[in-house]
Amino acid sequence: MIGVVWILLCWLIGQGVSHLVDGYVSGNIVGMVLLFLLLLLRVAKAEDVRPVAKFLLGTMALFFVPYGVGLIESYRVILDNLWAIVVAAVLSTVVVLLVTGHTFQWINRLFGHKTAKKR
Amino acid sequence: MAAIYTSDLFLLTLTCLLFVVGGALYRRVRLALLHPVLLTFVAMIVFLKWAEIPYAQYKEATSILEFLLGMSVVSLGYLLYEQVERLKKNLLPILVSTLVGCVAGVLSVVYIAKCFGVDRVILHSIAPKSVTVPIAVAIAEPLGGLVSLTSVVVFCVGIFGSLFGVTILRRGGVHTPEALGFALGAASHGIGTARAIEVGAVEGALSGLAMALMGVATALLTPLLEHYLY
Repeated sequence: MIGVVWILLCWLIGQGVSHLVDGYVSGNIVGMVLLFLLLLLRVAKAEDVRPVAKFLLGTMALFFVPYGVGLIESYRVILDNLWAIVVAAVLSTVVVLLVTGHTFQWINRLFGHKTAKKR
Repeated sequence: MAAIYTSDLFLLTLTCLLFVVGGALYRRVRLALLHPVLLTFVAMIVFLKWAEIPYAQYKEATSILEFLLGMSVVSLGYLLYEQVERLKKNLLPILVSTLVGCVAGVLSVVYIAKCFGVDRVILHSIAPKSVTVPIAVAIAEPLGGLVSLTSVVVFCVGIFGSLFGVTILRRGGVHTPEALGFALGAASHGIGTARAIEVGAVEGALSGLAMALMGVATALLTPLLEHYLY
């Protein structure tokens, strides 16, 4: 239960910060960074947060179903632009995959990090 | 009878039930197209149409799920904490790749869509397509995007990445487990991370890190990119 309070508290403070910066970043994202910092500084105990966080992260896919069902109202706009959306999303995903993968690999090689497979 | 199946509790229960049944089915057949989320989307839409329930009522009935979605964004902070040792060990490549991946992701999707001459509403909706759904929604909504479009596109990008990501990366010359896992998480968030965990523990851990950091970076940078570059 303390875990739930920590998460809510971080979110609440995040909302406050978000308000201060005129909604530039949303409150839950600030809350996420805050939770990370509190755990790092051992203000919040990882054992307290773990069960709640595991549950939330594991069930996250269910939580966004209501948004997706919103298609029932917006499908027309999407159908009108279907090709643009599909092509842009697919190509851009390939770009992100290759660009991040290669950047990561390149910097590691550049600085001689050991990338031996340690499994 | 109609009173029962149009009640808020019924709608919420049905949504959760479909998701659980879909999950059980998915574990049997292992076919990405039968992902429980997709199944629940379709089944709920069909049901709402059939029962003539307006979307606004459904949204109201399931508002607790929306609340939990907000909480799950905050709990990503825990995920980040869990991987903090790995983050420290690979700090430079992780930070640079996050930044590069984020900018490349937002700009490429926006400019390609622009070539087709789509509305700004669509651009705003798909700009954060590489990050996990709750964060993508939190980015698209204030910009004026359609959250339903955002959630569906982001979800489909995740499925695409989990199906073809590993092949694309290996064919494209990305071989180290760290880079492979990181790229999967950066391009296709939670669904890509689930795939990365199947590939290996290192890949899974880096993928989770990438998902959380891409979320933060994209949230911070998209409004700037939107303002100056598209």
